[in-house]
Amino acid sequence: MNFEMPQFAMAAPEIWLGVMVCVVLIADLFDRSQESRVAFFLTQATLLVAIGLAVNTHWGVERSITFNGMYVSDSLAAVLKMTVAGLSVATLGYSRDYLRQRDLLKGEFYLLALMANLGMFVMASASSLLVLYVGLEMLSLSLYAMVAFDRDSRLGAEAAMKYFVLGALSSGMMLYGMSMIYGASGSLLIDEIAAQAATGDHLLLMGFGMTFALVGVAFKFGAAPFHMWIPDVYQGAPTAATAFLGTAPKVAALALFLRLLVDGLGDLHGQWQAMAIILAVGSLAIGNLFALVQTNLKRMLAYSTISHIGFLFLGLIAGTEEGYAAALFYAISYGIMASGAFGMIILLSHRGFEAEMIDDMRGLNDRHSGFALVMLLLMFSMAGIPGTVGFYAKWLVLQSLIDTGMVWLAVVAVLFAVIGAFYYLRVLKAVYFDRLDAPAPLEAPMGQRAIVAVNGGAILVLGLFPDRLIEICQTALGL
Amino acid sequence: MLGGWPLLSLLIWLPIVGGVGVLLAGRDNADRARWSALAVSALTLLLGVALWFGFEVGVAGMQFVERASWIQAFGVEYYLGVDGISMPLVVLTAFSTLLVVVAAWDVVRYKPAQYLAAFLIMEGIMIGVFSALDAILFYVFFEAMLIPMFLIIGIWGGPNRIYATLKFFLYTFLGSVMMLIALIYLRTEAGSFAIPDLYGLALPFTTQVLVFLAFLAAFAVKVPMFPVHTWLPDAHVEAPTGGSVILAAITLKIGGYGFLRFSLPIVPEASMALDWLLISLSLIAVVYIGLVAMVQEDLKKLIAYSSIAHMGFVTLAFFLIFRIVAASGSRDAALLALEGGLVQMISHGFVSAAMFLCVGVLYDRMHTRRIADYGGVANRMPVFAGLFVFFAMANAGLPGTSGFVGEFMVILASFQAGFWYAAIAGLTLILGAAYSLWMIKRVVYGEVRNAEVDKLRDVNPRERLLLGSLVVVVLLFGLYPAPLINVMAPSLDALFGIVVPTP
Repeated sequence: MNFEMPQFAMAAPEIWLGVMVCVVLIADLFDRSQESRVAFFLTQATLLVAIGLAVNTHWGVERSITFNGMYVSDSLAAVLKMTVAGLSVATLGYSRDYLRQRDLLKGEFYLLALMANLGMFVMASASSLLVLYVGLEMLSLSLYAMVAFDRDSRLGAEAAMKYFVLGALSSGMMLYGMSMIYGASGSLLIDEIAAQAATGDHLLLMGFGMTFALVGVAFKFGAAPFHMWIPDVYQGAPTAATAFLGTAPKVAALALFLRLLVDGLGDLHGQWQAMAIILAVGSLAIGNLFALVQTNLKRMLAYSTISHIGFLFLGLIAGTEEGYAAALFYAISYGIMASGAFGMIILLSHRGFEAEMIDDMRGLNDRHSGFALVMLLLMFSMAGIPGTVGFYAKWLVLQSLIDTGMVWLAVVAVLFAVIGAFYYLRVLKAVYFDRLDAPAPLEAPMGQRAIVAVNGGAILVLGLFPDRLIEICQTALGL
Repeated sequence: MLGGWPLLSLLIWLPIVGGVGVLLAGRDNADRARWSALAVSALTLLLGVALWFGFEVGVAGMQFVERASWIQAFGVEYYLGVDGISMPLVVLTAFSTLLVVVAAWDVVRYKPAQYLAAFLIMEGIMIGVFSALDAILFYVFFEAMLIPMFLIIGIWGGPNRIYATLKFFLYTFLGSVMMLIALIYLRTEAGSFAIPDLYGLALPFTTQVLVFLAFLAAFAVKVPMFPVHTWLPDAHVEAPTGGSVILAAITLKIGGYGFLRFSLPIVPEASMALDWLLISLSLIAVVYIGLVAMVQEDLKKLIAYSSIAHMGFVTLAFFLIFRIVAASGSRDAALLALEGGLVQMISHGFVSAAMFLCVGVLYDRMHTRRIADYGGVANRMPVFAGLFVFFAMANAGLPGTSGFVGEFMVILASFQAGFWYAAIAGLTLILGAAYSLWMIKRVVYGEVRNAEVDKLRDVNPRERLLLGSLVVVVLLFGLYPAPLINVMAPSLDALFGIVVPTP
């Protein structure tokens, strides 16, 4: 075995994040202010620089592999990293005031977010089962801690416990599956696994490994029937953590899927397709039907996440590059919508009061018509009404399904989308139609208002001009 | 294009951008909101008039075409144009919105800026629906319409508004997502989303039927046809006056327009094979819904059911053409039916708008819509009574009004399909006269029934202007419909050539 010097420059985003984790850790120690100002701004700056580095190193370059085949640099990695870091910036920006009001404003929160980002970056560029797993665990461990961040909250502790146990279980499943794939192919490298899968030897063992790996992925996504943890964790975690947990890691889960099951086991598509159909339809059904009866907004958003995951899986089912691009577009637009929705919950909450019931949205139009408008855009986008980015997300997925001849699945999907529209409208009913006797005007810090405006604006602008984002997603998938 | 101006884009975006402007300008100042909304809607109507006079009569194809790439990855275009079918509807939209803005003047007191902005944005979207020539662009406008209407009914509606607005939204949403699937499927066949490219596709018959049913789901709900009509009375009763006007005058027409633009030319064989279904449903709408209208105790419900019956008459005309051709072989008779249906759509736009405005006038004064609460209104509001009676007559198809022209043309044409079609269709005149006159008798004439009615004051100058302008239009098209028919005839002729190719 001849030793080859890895091209460190290719891993610049990860190296940058790794270094900055240490810097933030130390800088926070010397920060005397009570609000961890240094950690916050340093983290945001780090993430913004990381976006730049990711685009600079990965976007538009020839797919290349280094670190003995374990690290891949391609446009897909650029898009995934850009998205997770961008979503992290938004959700961390939202959460600052929330954390301050609850005396949770500690540097560790940002440090954990940064480490979670490092994990997600690693996953996005992983070209070996081991690297993939390391990235995944790095992400998961940070998230467990973030969910448990409010030590004094019983609900939070319970959520963290649930999340940890089920998360560990799913990681175990995935590791088990990976070991079988390794056994069948004799390699940990995704490219060699793909080559082995193409030859058609040891397919039975490979198939078993694939099944367990897919279960692990489904757990991380929260696809039904592996969705049980989502509502409890979303509800129990501090909203700041929920916002983080509900956005970027979903994109990372897509990275996991694309690297493992598409890059590695793409030739077994025929085998995992049927399972993915079950996951998709199950998620659509369970997510939409259970969301209908929720009165807690955070739980409703949790179930709606499950239904969105179902839609995202529909894009993966098609098994075409167009379908994967549609799923990527869906993940990005969902991330934007979800960060906005949790951001609104954070905005409406204040010390000692969690605006987590749908009823808490009542009369928002009278209290602040701008926020009401953003909520309107968010909800219509989630329901998939044109004029918002959510429509194109759904359209692209349906397009890829119909192109591959699965019209029936498209019909099932839109029927559930109509059911889904009902509960989004219920939120808008509270916002616009329910009037308060004495509406208290809503105040919010400048920074948060700016993020809300950008978030709502992104939904509208991408809803009118989706062309560029569609192109980016298609380029990332090599179209 | 007219003199280098992208007229259709202006017609779409001026009200939308203007609506946002009204929202910002009038947040704290109701008067500023009213005047700016009036300016925007008047300007839009002026553009609509320019469209009408710039339109070249006698040309069948699309005019004022604008075409630009929009979503390159899927070949979706920003592709606009109007022909003789859509141009009158665009002008009707601009006209109705101006009426709504004037009608809301000092009546809407809760958040007037938001109210007016919602209608202006709605106007731009609806003009977009009528002028879109790309299927996805059409769909985007078609669906986006739901957003302002949802808010209009939900925020400014009556006591049961939440039920009504959710029902309205979910019914129409369910219908249209089916159409989205059909459109995506058609693109895989045609390779393009441009609507003209979808015409004349050689689809297998079963596929045609499925596509037809998908379109039917979308347009039948919008029209609305029996038995998916139940959202309409609820929506009308709860909607504010302006919402009812726009619903009746424009959005119902979008269903009929969809049949002409999509169902008939894209899947003609399925349309022909399933014409019995559409004809039966339309006849049920004419007769059964006409009877239902008669027993209503709520003014708005009565007019809502009357709208359903009238729109049933329109869909009857559109789908009777196959029977007419089969029975008589006469192309002219079939064209007469199409023209009659379209004239009826336009006329119903004016007349139903007027009826809802009249009810709005009464409601503003008495805050009730129950017919039983009125009686003897003519004694206190003679001018209003005259106008109301006139519009009720137009609704019943009195000769000399625009309502008569369309009905007459359709009934004349339907004789060519068979006596019984004409006989049942003719019932619409009798039933229409029955419920309209009975309503008039109970509301307008007789002794002054109670103290509330006794205190009524007659229409003010603003309301006079509003209703008077509608009288002019209704009489104009009733006495001299030729300009309207000349505009639409060539386009309908071309459409007919696609739907029923000459052997």
